[in-house]
Amino acid sequence: MPVRVIVPTPLRRFADQRSSIECEAVTVGDALRQLTTSYGELKKHLYTDDGRIRSFVNVYLNDEDIRFLKQEQTQIKDGDTITIVPSIAGGAEDAGLRFIV
Amino acid sequence: MIHLDGDLAAQIRAHGARDYPHECCGALLGTEDAGGRAVRGLLPLSNGRDDSPRNRFSISADDVRGAERAAEARGLGLIGWYHSHPDHPARPSEFDREHAWPWYSYIIVRVTGGAAEEMTSWRLTDDRTHFDPEEIHPAGASQAAPPGHAQGGSH
Repeated sequence: MPVRVIVPTPLRRFADQRSSIECEAVTVGDALRQLTTSYGELKKHLYTDDGRIRSFVNVYLNDEDIRFLKQEQTQIKDGDTITIVPSIAGGAEDAGLRFIV
Repeated sequence: MIHLDGDLAAQIRAHGARDYPHECCGALLGTEDAGGRAVRGLLPLSNGRDDSPRNRFSISADDVRGAERAAEARGLGLIGWYHSHPDHPARPSEFDREHAWPWYSYIIVRVTGGAAEEMTSWRLTDDRTHFDPEEIHPAGASQAAPPGHAQGGSH
């Protein structure tokens, strides 16, 4: 199925400055894999080293968070839009972590 | 370099002081061109980390989308985020790095005992290994404000 993937602003520099990318996919996971195959630099920002979507990366199929659907196995319909939305987190040092600069 | 318009630096400090001992957070709305980045407005947000607000903050995807819409409505872009480090230095922690995005500017203000102190700005490197410092302009904006000065920001 043809699907459009919306790339968030901070990642567009890794996708030839494109704000959206068209691809053919059956599931959301397929589409994201195609995206990171075409634009390899995106991978480390979207996935952990063991291949899971990072916790602060939110993926929506149309207006629905895929966590409330079938996650990466969510099926795509013709004309769907996948949107990658950042969530933001951070915070000061604690006993278990160190400052890095 | 990142430029902060008018009293925006004071507003960030005021937010940090007001929310002390919890971490404050908000969005940086502004522009970017060949001359650098300029913050033209702020969008103060609620810290989503009710479980550990003294040393953590989080901004939901919904709030990120809302910040993007707020920026667009003002003809600006969402160029970064600010947060406070209560009783800790104004430099990124490992937790900050693990959760950061490239390209965005991350402004951190240290708040000690309720008084806002130095403020710094950082950008995550493309390989995610560390942050590079980003100079704040005007230079005085990064310095601690005189006692009482940072308490009167408006939101």
